[in-house]
Amino acid sequence: MDFEPSEEQQMLIDQVRRFVREEIIPLEAQLDPDASELDPADHARLVEKTKAMGLFGIDIPKEYGGPDIDIVTRVLLAIEMAQHRAGLYVPCYGTFGGAGLAQIFEANEDQKERYLYPTLRGEKKAFFGLTEPSGGSDPARAIQTKAERRENGWVLNGAKLYISNADRAQYGIVFARTDASKGRAGITCFIIDSDTPGFHVRRVVHTLRSSHYATELEFKDCWVSDHQVLGEVNKGFAVANDRLTRQRIPYAAGCIGVAIAAHEMAIEWAKMRTTFGEKLANRQAVQWMLVDNEIDIRTARHFTLEAAEKARRGLPFKIEASIAKLTASEGGGRVVDRSMQIHGGMGMTKDLPLERWYREMRIRRVGEGPSEVQRMVIAREILGSNLR
Amino acid sequence: MSIRLRLDKPWRPLAADEIARLPGQLGVYQVADAAGAILYIGQAGARAPFGLRSELQREQKERGDGCQFRVEVNQQYRTRWFELLMVHQADHGSLPPDNAKNPPPLGRLSPN
Ligand SMILES: Cc1cc2nc3c(=O)[nH]c(=O)nc-3n(C[C@H](O)[C@H](O)[C@H](O)COP(=O)(O)OP(=O)(O)OC[C@H]3O[C@@H](n4cnc5c(N)ncnc54)[C@H](O)[C@@H]3O)c2cc1C
Repeated sequence: MDFEPSEEQQMLIDQVRRFVREEIIPLEAQLDPDASELDPADHARLVEKTKAMGLFGIDIPKEYGGPDIDIVTRVLLAIEMAQHRAGLYVPCYGTFGGAGLAQIFEANEDQKERYLYPTLRGEKKAFFGLTEPSGGSDPARAIQTKAERRENGWVLNGAKLYISNADRAQYGIVFARTDASKGRAGITCFIIDSDTPGFHVRRVVHTLRSSHYATELEFKDCWVSDHQVLGEVNKGFAVANDRLTRQRIPYAAGCIGVAIAAHEMAIEWAKMRTTFGEKLANRQAVQWMLVDNEIDIRTARHFTLEAAEKARRGLPFKIEASIAKLTASEGGGRVVDRSMQIHGGMGMTKDLPLERWYREMRIRRVGEGPSEVQRMVIAREILGSNLR
Repeated sequence: MSIRLRLDKPWRPLAADEIARLPGQLGVYQVADAAGAILYIGQAGARAPFGLRSELQREQKERGDGCQFRVEVNQQYRTRWFELLMVHQADHGSLPPDNAKNPPPLGRLSPN
């Protein structure tokens, strides 16, 4: 497969690259290095710009009013959008809009009116409530939050852990056990409004990620009507499986963007910095670190574009999406680490974005399915589905 | 493993000699009036030249005598700052008066 950008793709890449360099990075220089929000006036001004560029709501499917941009091009643009300090978790501070959670596209018409369309218009935000204190890698077995049938609805009791954005969201998607005897086939997906009585955001969970914290949730006799079931009862995991796999591709692209930015900084620094009477760039030890960076970036870029291309063509892309997520999150971590090493003491400071990327990139080997789970997915595919 | 939600250390007078002993580290702080009512919850981020020390020196210069303060050294000063503000809002129904003048975007927390 040839992954050289077409002329049209290159034009879009240049446009986004200019936006990041001319609009985002200068504003970011004024912010606290751990900040994840722009001043509201700046945010509104930049949203007008991305709308004028025809790129607002870039991830929204065409049938829902998004710009008609294929997944390969979106990956190329996501790589650009991540190339600033907050870029891994808040690319361009959200000024390109977003499509919200994949699952909500599977909602019925009434739910779409209440949740999907307001989300696409930027009026509502959502959280994704899957992981529990009992585990996130294997939710089918780990989920202990129960939903019991009562009065034309369901009563939820239980807890969720490490849930991003739950305190600021208007609603969330919550997975709960509706049939204890059925394992994976006993989980249902609910849409929960965050002002529902019995829904509580109990605490902030501080992590390496400074852009936005995670939270711990509690459901205490939280009653929701039947209208809040997303998809079918006991088929929670059937909701949007394809879309979830697809999500690993832009997740990988963000890691590549940050890795490229770190690598470019390391190259610049190696050419400038002199030790023992010689530029760092002339030392083989440093050259090899830069070469390894280049290989990690090219590898991740190749596999991520391969996954995107297969998804675009409607071919199976499960293995490819896992390989992309693995190579980008693991390779990206190595690139940032080497780039910090080349910068010496400066690499450890909050004066440069490297330390933030280092912390946040580490989370990428656990979030959206840890590396080991991605390897398990690949092993299952290559060894056959009998493997458990 | 329990994580302390509220900042409940003893208050110290907001005075030059007390502040001079503070570390130059990142963290969060609270300023209260003489009766212990919290006036402001602040953060010493990476742009503060001497972290908590310079932020509290600025507070003392602006507020004069008669106030009190307490600090927590914390690398995750930003998320901890949001947390303290949300906990204060949940406990008191409003933000401290000097934060309410220019409130940051906050979520909703209902701590136990
Ligand atoms: C900052 C942050 C934000 C998050 N946001 C959300 C969110 O918004 N919504 C949400 O639902 N979750 C969220 N999570 C949770 C995240 O998805 C889980 O942490 C992740 O799925 C792993 O689950 P766990 O932490 O329970 O680890 P466990 O499932 O307990 O696994 C622990 C470790 O065991 C290893 N492991 C697991 N299975 C295998 C295996 N089969 N073979 C070999 N090794 C294995 C892996 O190394 C794994 O890291 C977030 C996490 C973080 C850190």
